Amino acid sequence: MLKVAVLRFPGTWSETDFAHALELVGAQADILWHADADLRGYDAAIVPGGFTYGDYLRAGAIAAISPAAGELRRADREGMPILGSCNGFQILCEIGLLPGALVRNRQGEFRCDWVHMRVESDRTPFTGGLRGEILRMPIAHGEGCWVADDRTLARIETNGQVVFRYTDARGAASLESNPNGSTANIAGLANENGNVVGLMPHPERCSEELLGGTDGRRVLEALTASRHTGMVSASVQ
Amino acid sequence: MSVTPMTSGTTTAQPKFRLPREAGLTESEAERVRALLGREPNALEWGMFGAMWSEHCAYKHSKTLLRTLPTTGARVALGPGENAGAVDLGDGLLCVFKVESHNHPSAVEPYQGAATGVGGILRDIFAMGARPIAVLNGLFFGPPEAESTRRIVRGVVGGISFYGNCVGIPDVGGHVSFAPGYADNPLVNAMCVGLVERADLRSTATAKPGSAVYLVGSDTGRDGIAGASLLASFELGSADAAKRPSVQVGNPFLEKLLLEATLELVALDAVEAMGDLGAAGLTCASSEVAAKSNVGMRIDVDSVPRRATGMSPYEVMLSESQERMLVVARPGREADVERVFARWELHGVQIGEVIADERLEIRSGAEVVASLPPKALADDAPEYDVREWAKEQDRGQPAVSTDEVISPGDTTHKIGLELLQLLGTPDVASRAILYRTYDQMVGTDTVVGPGADAAVMRIKGRSDGIAVALDAQPRVAALDPFTGAAAAVAEATRNLVCVGAEPLAITDCLNLGNPERPEGAWQLERTIAGISAACDALEVPVVSGNVSLYNATHGRDIWPTATIGAVGRIADVTKHIPARTGEPGDLVLLAGSAQVSLAASTYAGLRGQGEGTVRIDLALEARLQRFVRAAHARGAIRAAHDRAEGGLGVALAELAIRDRIGMKVTLPAVRGIDTRVMLFGEGPSGIVLVIRTADELLVRAIATEHDVPLWTLGAIGGDILEIAPVLGTPVEALVRAHRDGLGRALGRAS
Repeated sequence: MLKVAVLRFPGTWSETDFAHALELVGAQADILWHADADLRGYDAAIVPGGFTYGDYLRAGAIAAISPAAGELRRADREGMPILGSCNGFQILCEIGLLPGALVRNRQGEFRCDWVHMRVESDRTPFTGGLRGEILRMPIAHGEGCWVADDRTLARIETNGQVVFRYTDARGAASLESNPNGSTANIAGLANENGNVVGLMPHPERCSEELLGGTDGRRVLEALTASRHTGMVSASVQ
Repeated sequence: MSVTPMTSGTTTAQPKFRLPREAGLTESEAERVRALLGREPNALEWGMFGAMWSEHCAYKHSKTLLRTLPTTGARVALGPGENAGAVDLGDGLLCVFKVESHNHPSAVEPYQGAATGVGGILRDIFAMGARPIAVLNGLFFGPPEAESTRRIVRGVVGGISFYGNCVGIPDVGGHVSFAPGYADNPLVNAMCVGLVERADLRSTATAKPGSAVYLVGSDTGRDGIAGASLLASFELGSADAAKRPSVQVGNPFLEKLLLEATLELVALDAVEAMGDLGAAGLTCASSEVAAKSNVGMRIDVDSVPRRATGMSPYEVMLSESQERMLVVARPGREADVERVFARWELHGVQIGEVIADERLEIRSGAEVVASLPPKALADDAPEYDVREWAKEQDRGQPAVSTDEVISPGDTTHKIGLELLQLLGTPDVASRAILYRTYDQMVGTDTVVGPGADAAVMRIKGRSDGIAVALDAQPRVAALDPFTGAAAAVAEATRNLVCVGAEPLAITDCLNLGNPERPEGAWQLERTIAGISAACDALEVPVVSGNVSLYNATHGRDIWPTATIGAVGRIADVTKHIPARTGEPGDLVLLAGSAQVSLAASTYAGLRGQGEGTVRIDLALEARLQRFVRAAHARGAIRAAHDRAEGGLGVALAELAIRDRIGMKVTLPAVRGIDTRVMLFGEGPSGIVLVIRTADELLVRAIATEHDVPLWTLGAIGGDILEIAPVLGTPVEALVRAHRDGLGRALGRAS
């Protein structure tokens, strides 16, 4: 059984949602307190959504100096699959495990809605077999506009690090389908190795038909499947 | 026991009140205090009585009437009296809920007022050991074209979004009204629903002598000093800006920590009693816990962590700083309590202990600065029976009814345009531009969120679920407070039925004007009578609530507004009635009453009209709800929608908008009711149903059995809403009008 660590900081609120969704795909999910989180022995780690430390300074900025940040860096060096969603994506950018930064939505307000996004890369443990698929997922954030300098943008595009791009239901990326003004409609991206992925949408919120969609479950299932295909083989044992 | 007399000049207490009047007490109330104590209170004690005996805390003008509400029933686990009420969902799980107002703070400072309103209602729920799972809002604003209204809307919605999103409780629905009556006095009502295992339910009434009393959360500051007595218990006047320091500032992150720490303490069974600090701050929390537990409490104000230096005992005892909780530890579990506070990075310190003597003793170091019987503070405020002076203002009879004035009856050529106009009007249009700034899904339990008749929440690990609705009928209540209040109870419960739930109980937030005036007294009496009558007829008790009086600006009362939150149970949450249009070929029916009128309608309101008589047949409402539930139990309901603002025409349009599928229908022919009145007239007890053609006989039989009138209007299909013979409008046009209306009215680009 895939063992997944779900990190919990003061102000995290998606940890139990993720644990529930992970259990639905047959994974074991343990919620770990940030201050003494030990990721050894886990197959993957999730940095969930929330308002860590209230996001009063800058989204994810305080969580990035927690002891958990060092543990995440160490796990990354060993190739562990790490997924950050929403505030977790912001934290991974603040830690420096992912390029760029997330700033205030261009329309200036928090936005909770369903969006579509196209899977741009399947070279991550979270998107195996999903390339080209259009996924429908909820967003809920005030600071989800991803920005980077031109060189960084060019580099990640060239390297195929863009993993999710906001589109319409038919897969066309447009101004209208971009819910927060994110650069190049980027909804989620990976590090160079592909083991660390961050995205603003919430896969854990669309893992059951009862809640209006199951596309998030496909991302979590990709993680459990990746173990058998060897994509998780580099993880810490 | 000697109490330091805090006359002018005493250094420790910094006297604030030379006269009880300055603490908000009348001369007769002051006499009552003196008689209860057998002595002259000192300044701090006057301040504590002033806050606890304020209208906001003591319900002086409403208590007598509130006792007439039905509060018991098979499903009631806990009635009014605690922080919130509770219903039993079965198998040991309780659903705890309450609605509360934050009107006056929101009028003075909309953003913080609304934010701390959410904070307060969340604490009411988790102070009982329950985990909050959903928030709803009842918002009432002035005309949307006014710049002042737009500022208040931005502030209130921004504050709710800021607070609720950060704590991580989904906002799943509610009610929004725009009317001139709320121009200077917006109403901000917040409801919270939580879940708790019966064994984990915590109370204010279980503190025992010898136990340690902790204050945890925010440090105590000078914000909101005596907000309850100062702000919420008098009319707002021209000097409102001067009251801004009485509005508290919210810290939702701290609230989240407090929530998690509190629930962890409950899970560890380390707390004996809890009380949240809201209005009247430490004074209220300490005296209520002591009074309810039949004990006393000794508190040292010097040990209370402060945000400001030089705070007097009066300021500490009356501060309404947010995000604070009074926690009474179980004996021997103090170390666990302190460890949990520390782990959540919370400032929690012991400020005193529970004592057997029924006395609230406030010390400042060695000096006793106040010593009062808790029950005198919490229970002995005078009660005023407003019926003694209640009197309806004679409005005179309208010469002609609204129906006759604005319904010529023969020209129907503009009806399609009128429907589009109505769909885009602020009281009808989609609220998405507001609720899309609220997290509606965090917690992954939201099955049906905002925009539907009621919200539906699943409960992880169980097959049943709950439905929640929050509704009000201000326009009806403006004409007749009894009918308005009864119609609000009917609508809230009907909305639960429309998603397939069985209504269990309600919570009520009564927002009214000045009860000291004959008209205000009459409105209060009629409002409570209306709720009572509807609860009896529909067999739903009231388990919690809140009364907000003195909602008036410059001497003019707001419309009497009863906001009703209703909670229902769905035995199998996967079998709720979804917010769908239905399949092509399905039949569209109207069930219930066709006796509608333009009096108090949105249609008439757009034309500056609305006088007339409004009626409610509560027996029919009860039969209608039972009929729809019975038909749903047989699997016969594909979709359902309440006929509400905008009448049948809008209900049909909203049904079509859901899945963007049209329909072809004809209006019921009812003698004496004109086409336009039938289309846009409003009245309670109407539900539009969508069923399979094959189920028509079955549904008719069930309707007959329940003695509920039923009209087959037509069938689903196509991309045009065709209401023969008066209109045919493309569904896309309906969608646009409904989607863009509110943004346009508020002057926003969409």
